[in-house]
Amino acid sequence: MLEALQLPFIQRALIAGLLVGGLASYLGVLVVQRRLSFLGDGLAHAAFAGVAIGLFLHEEPLWIAIPFAVGVSLAITWVRERSNLGDDTAIGIFFAVSVALGVLFMSMRQGFAPDAVAYLFGSILTVTQVDLWVMGSIALVVALMAPLWRNWAYATFDRELALADRQPVLLHDYLLSALIALVVVASVKVVGIVLIAAFIVIPAATARLLTQTFASMTLLSVAIGVVSVIPGLVASYIFDVPTGSAIVLVQALLFALALAVRR
Amino acid sequence: MTAPPVQLDNFSVRFGEFQALDRVTLEVPQGAFVAILGPNGAGKSTLLKALLGIASGILRDAPTSVSGSVKVFGNTPQNVKAGWVGYVPQVKSFDRSFPALSLEVVVSGLRRSWPFIVTLQERKKAEAMLEQVGALQLANRRLGRLSGGELQRVYLARSLIREPKLLLLDEPATGVDAVGEADLYRHLETYQRQSGATVMMITHDWEAAQHHASAVLLINRRVIEYGLPADVMCPNCLAQAFGHVGHSHGLVSGRR
Repeated sequence: MLEALQLPFIQRALIAGLLVGGLASYLGVLVVQRRLSFLGDGLAHAAFAGVAIGLFLHEEPLWIAIPFAVGVSLAITWVRERSNLGDDTAIGIFFAVSVALGVLFMSMRQGFAPDAVAYLFGSILTVTQVDLWVMGSIALVVALMAPLWRNWAYATFDRELALADRQPVLLHDYLLSALIALVVVASVKVVGIVLIAAFIVIPAATARLLTQTFASMTLLSVAIGVVSVIPGLVASYIFDVPTGSAIVLVQALLFALALAVRR
Repeated sequence: MTAPPVQLDNFSVRFGEFQALDRVTLEVPQGAFVAILGPNGAGKSTLLKALLGIASGILRDAPTSVSGSVKVFGNTPQNVKAGWVGYVPQVKSFDRSFPALSLEVVVSGLRRSWPFIVTLQERKKAEAMLEQVGALQLANRRLGRLSGGELQRVYLARSLIREPKLLLLDEPATGVDAVGEADLYRHLETYQRQSGATVMMITHDWEAAQHHASAVLLINRRVIEYGLPADVMCPNCLAQAFGHVGHSHGLVSGRR
């Protein structure tokens, strides 16, 4: 395994996994605590539609998937803010539309699409230098917005108090949605559209079981998100199984342990 | 001359077809302890939210139209100096699954954002405030595990930590037992007396209004009556506001 670390594609896979694991689990605490777990799935399928359009147009799928997923995310937030439909319904509508668009554009593409399969189930070993730059840039954006954690956390705790204290809650909601969409798209190649939601939800849910404060929940979630990538990657290398599945199963194991030991 | 803490002039709020407040005109002087009484849907919470400057965000699926003026210390609510207005929301608005310690909730009132790390200075200040409302032992307890009365003390400490000049409370005694309720009013009265702050409290407890408030605002979308408790809590006024007199309370004053 140590020799494998000398290989550039393994190095890229490790960096990508750690970045995505950290980013998804960081924003995951807000997603889980706001009861928006379905949002990860909804945005993953928006990313799928974006990828399908990109493949159809013979463009780099990420360049289409990023604005498409961000647009869908903002639209979901807009519907949530403007109606009493409920978060799951708002997300469900865009989820369905995205899948319909994805399937439509995939079917319009000539012949078999192995690259589409890679996006659906993840292909961490094919992460390119460009992918890493995209993930790194998104990580930088998330890091620059780290001071907003205290505002997001406050509105998550009690939206009314945050509003009463002059927080621009609506603007922060849109920013958070856009960031989640960016992270989802960044995760597509590592974990695959099908499993992205797990990357967002499981570390945060595990941390939620073991912590007493939102700050410690955030730190533990990120730690789980990052650390679970390594055994997942090793298992994937040794047993020749899909990396995304291996990482998610490691996270699920940690969740089960947390459930067993929680006070 | 200092502007009064609360001044509403022909203030109306409409959510779609629903008139929540109708041409409310009201002036509350500094140092008053006002109990706000009225039936469900009378616009009591909307009134407090208007004073906080967040009335337009109450309903998501109906356009909100606001007319007239609302002034807090002579300014629009959005421009009142930070910390001058304290707010204790209804307990039911809080997500009990949120992982938080009581101390963090109090510090959030100080910072007006959620603390990632609580500094030593903030801890001392928050503990002093918790002690003031008899809740120091709750400092490191998880919020989700507190009883209604304990929770209300924590929220009260949170709202008082910046020593507000105007304190707004939305049904603070809901879910609180009789002893906790008595404690709550005692703490409110003590703070009001020592600081000279103005307190406006929504309550369904007529007895509390009569015993603790210096003025009662009887409201049912419009102001029915505003004045001394003994004057306002007369059968006619209560009947106008509630559609019944509430004999079971045995609290109505002698005025007809």
